[in-house]
Amino acid sequence: MSNRTPAAMANAATLATAADQEAATRKASSIELHGLHKRFGADTIALDGVDLSIRAGEFFTLLGPSGCGKTTLLRILAGLEEPDQGTLVVGGKELTEVPPHRRSVNTVFQSYALFPHLSVRDNLAFGLKMRGLPAGKRDARVDEIAAFIKLGDLVERRVDQLSGGQRQRIALARALVCEPDVLLLDEPLSALDAGLRAQLQVELQRLQKRLGMTFVFVTHDQDEAMVMSDRIAVLDSGNIQQVGTPSEVYERPANAFVARFMGHENLFAIHAREDDRVQTDIGWLRLVPGEQDSTPGDWLLVRPETLEINDTVPEGYNHLAGVVRERLYRGSRIEYVLEVNGHALMVVASNLGQRVHQAGDAVTISVCPEDLVTVVA
Amino acid sequence: MPGTSQHLMRRRAVVAETRHLLFSVGPGALWITLFLVLPSAYLMGVAFMTNGPYGLPQMPLTLDAFERLAGFGFLGWSPGNLYTLLRSLWQTLLSTTLVVIVAYPIAYYITTCRERWRPIMLLAVVVPSWTNQVIRTFGWMNLLAPGTPLSELAEGLGLIPPNMGLYPSNFAVTLGLVYNFLPFMVLPLYAAFEKLDGAQVEAAQDLYASPVRAFRHAVFPQTLPGLLAGIVLVAIPAFGMYVIPELLGGGKGMMLGNLVAMQFSGGSNWPLGAAGAILMLIATFIGLFAMRRIGKRLGGGEEVVI
Repeated sequence: MSNRTPAAMANAATLATAADQEAATRKASSIELHGLHKRFGADTIALDGVDLSIRAGEFFTLLGPSGCGKTTLLRILAGLEEPDQGTLVVGGKELTEVPPHRRSVNTVFQSYALFPHLSVRDNLAFGLKMRGLPAGKRDARVDEIAAFIKLGDLVERRVDQLSGGQRQRIALARALVCEPDVLLLDEPLSALDAGLRAQLQVELQRLQKRLGMTFVFVTHDQDEAMVMSDRIAVLDSGNIQQVGTPSEVYERPANAFVARFMGHENLFAIHAREDDRVQTDIGWLRLVPGEQDSTPGDWLLVRPETLEINDTVPEGYNHLAGVVRERLYRGSRIEYVLEVNGHALMVVASNLGQRVHQAGDAVTISVCPEDLVTVVA
Repeated sequence: MPGTSQHLMRRRAVVAETRHLLFSVGPGALWITLFLVLPSAYLMGVAFMTNGPYGLPQMPLTLDAFERLAGFGFLGWSPGNLYTLLRSLWQTLLSTTLVVIVAYPIAYYITTCRERWRPIMLLAVVVPSWTNQVIRTFGWMNLLAPGTPLSELAEGLGLIPPNMGLYPSNFAVTLGLVYNFLPFMVLPLYAAFEKLDGAQVEAAQDLYASPVRAFRHAVFPQTLPGLLAGIVLVAIPAFGMYVIPELLGGGKGMMLGNLVAMQFSGGSNWPLGAAGAILMLIATFIGLFAMRRIGKRLGGGEEVVI
């Protein structure tokens, strides 16, 4: 991909090497959340009974649409919001009612929230100063972290003289320099342009691995979540819908909401079932025997990249007849919108030099039963 | 010839620029010269002249006016003028401090209100100052005079002797000054608070600052430019205030402004009045200089330039 330039990768790699010594001395903390409830006003429920275990040293992402409660959850971890019910334990210490300034948890804010009246150096030193570290040690730590994020020559600048990407790094460094048990990141990349964003995704993920620090990352971007995370929690209307690795969440979504949120478009209602065959809008399809105990009302997920447009159907595969309605040429892949049985079906084919179908072509689509997943409503 | 035409063009440009300057800056410069520079120069001249039989300045030049101002009269030294100076300084300091204490939470509170309410609340702060200052001050006279509910309440609490009333008094002057200058502090402070990003307060707390220290290190320095602007807008006019001490202070509440005004009217000693005015000017400059130093020390940075 054009975004993952060699320079970006090399940059991330150097960052990571410099972090090695620090990783050895750091102890990561696990997070336990039990029965968290939070409501705003009379009828806005932000969190509706959230239980979650985040492992020590994990890159954990809270993923969901706006208003799903992910930011509220992060703010409760930071201590900026108090839960109505429930408990929060970080590294074995109960923190539920501990105010933010007494928690060894630091946040990278979405707006960065750098102090405009202070120089970059004073911004970076803020947490250390509040903790009572003497000025000499503060300066040494600030110089160290500034060199570490490759912005050493900017420390005497004012915040308003920095670019967006530089501010983002300073905000990250301001939190990291305090060496917290847990680092919270509230959509820290959302204000950056696509190229820089992809570069920082790689850098952040490498940084976290080398530091071994527990990162809790909030985003509404499922691609970003999949690229960076060890595990993802998908939230909707104050409830956790699924917790799992990126591949678990993407390939085996726990329900239709998760499937849709992960970007799946080929979801078809299951109308009837006979043995290992299910009837959907696009026709009868055979599943792996005993794999699913799906019932009518559930959904069948057909991942576009598992479909093949082929004249010959491999042994044991399902096959469907359709007509090409739209074709989107994306370079590395080609996306087709087919019409099957009166319903739209997305197919993504890697561009390997095979025949490119035109709108109006009648085609045969085949799919392996193992690639079909049923999803509860 | 090309040389001539170039020369001509340059000449035209110079003429155009001169005309432009004359029309844009000219009227302002003329205004300031006529109504500020010349009268000030005249005033300074007057201060060094002799007081004539009818209070009008005469030659020769002398330092008499400054000696009188310092308290030396026909009957030896008297502390009256010194007291007036000290009272002016004290009233300015006290009322400005009180204005800050009252205005700071008001300005903050308005920024926490919903956006559509803010203009209305600001208007509520500003509207009273659209009424004539004398009328408003008379209003306070009516509220604070002996026998009014406020005065009787103060009497009942033993704060003032019976039948004295809250007016006339130094207290009434302070109250009048605070009331009068409140909008001049609320507005610049409001502007400073409005620029403040709430996430910065949270960031400070996240970075181990207790609420008090978050205020001290993240909020207060950012409101400092507004605060200093407000102090200048309040303290300088308060120091020279004439109407409020005249109406609410009685004989004991006189401030420098009243002393100066008296010399140009009833007292009829123009040189003494001019000397008083110069003293006020010097005191104001010293005050501004001190503010600048304090502002820089408190960490206001480059924005704190008055």
